[in-house]
Amino acid sequence: MVEYVNLFLKAAFVENMALAFFLGMCSFLAVSKKVETAVGLGLAVMFVLVITTPINQLIYDFLLKDGALAWAGYPDADLSFLGLIAYISVIAAMVQIVEMAIDKFSPSLYASLGVFLPLIAVNCAILGSSLFMVQREYTFTESIPFALGSGFGFFIAMVALAAIRERLKYSQVPGPLRGLGITFITTGLMALGFQIFGGIQL
Amino acid sequence: MSKTKKILVDPLHINNPITLQVLGICSALAVTTKLEIAFVMSAALTFVLVLSNVIISLLRNAIPPSIRIITQLAIIASLVIIADQVLAAFAYQASKQLSVFVGLIITNCIVMGRAEAFAMANPPGPAAIDGLGNSLGYSLILIVVAFFRELFGSGNLFGIEIMQTVNNGGWYNPNGIMVLSPGAFFIIGFIIWVQRWISPEIQEETN
Repeated sequence: MVEYVNLFLKAAFVENMALAFFLGMCSFLAVSKKVETAVGLGLAVMFVLVITTPINQLIYDFLLKDGALAWAGYPDADLSFLGLIAYISVIAAMVQIVEMAIDKFSPSLYASLGVFLPLIAVNCAILGSSLFMVQREYTFTESIPFALGSGFGFFIAMVALAAIRERLKYSQVPGPLRGLGITFITTGLMALGFQIFGGIQL
Repeated sequence: MSKTKKILVDPLHINNPITLQVLGICSALAVTTKLEIAFVMSAALTFVLVLSNVIISLLRNAIPPSIRIITQLAIIASLVIIADQVLAAFAYQASKQLSVFVGLIITNCIVMGRAEAFAMANPPGPAAIDGLGNSLGYSLILIVVAFFRELFGSGNLFGIEIMQTVNNGGWYNPNGIMVLSPGAFFIIGFIIWVQRWISPEIQEETN
């Protein structure tokens, strides 16, 4: 059990998707102007991550890995080069399904997330999480806390940045730094803050 | 300025994909600890972006609008698989160090963004030039960031020692923060600062 908690903490804080690996930066910077929208997108990303990473793990294990097709009578087949296209299709399809499901069961949540859901298909944090899962050879059970941790880390980082940016509105920033420039420097300082989690283990 | 030249030159400075359009930042920050890696990444992105722009532009009248995202993703993913396999075969070390970031070109917003914004509405010729211009703009930022990060972070350039570090009996005390992620954020912040100071017309009004 402890190893799963460890995996979660490591993915959320030490190896924060946004601040340590720079994944999902595009939406991270674009959608962090207001706390409310940041919370919406953060939750949506977490949700899709937790669904797609374990599914991609199963696909890798039972279809793509070297020798994975032994059950179908092809012990020599190695389809791992098809990984990228398989994962992105799963993610795109999942986003579509999640969108329809939310629309059906919770129209109010759909209304607040609506715009961000399609964006998630091309969020690097989602695909990145699947690729890290393959690279680090996580098992199915390990992939769940890992996905949960990555999503949570992304959520925390994004909401924190949005909160800082809401306050930043009232500051006098030099002209050339306004907007994107100061956001980058703020994110850098946040990344510096997250460095203190390095090496924490249970 | 002629139209072709404008398509090619604009993305280098006043419409730079990273610092102005805010596209493709994910990979730009991650692969810039060493100059060599930044060059390999730039080459891979140039290959994917130019070809995807041309292919999508050729197919632009045949792609139904309702499924265009997934069609574009399929084209881009195929090109990225080619780039990934070629790198793994001929530049194994670099491919190892780039780890997942070659694969992440698929979701690199530059490729999707240019496909959506330019290739879907223009013939293949200009689309190819637009792809080239944007990859050059991306590469320019990548190489500048990697130059500072490798020089100040480890005292090397292309792995060759420029400033002898204390560990090797020299005088330079490497700045560890440059190798870590905050360094990348700061350097891009400073690049944006300098760029908008040179061309005040691209400054933003509010924070």
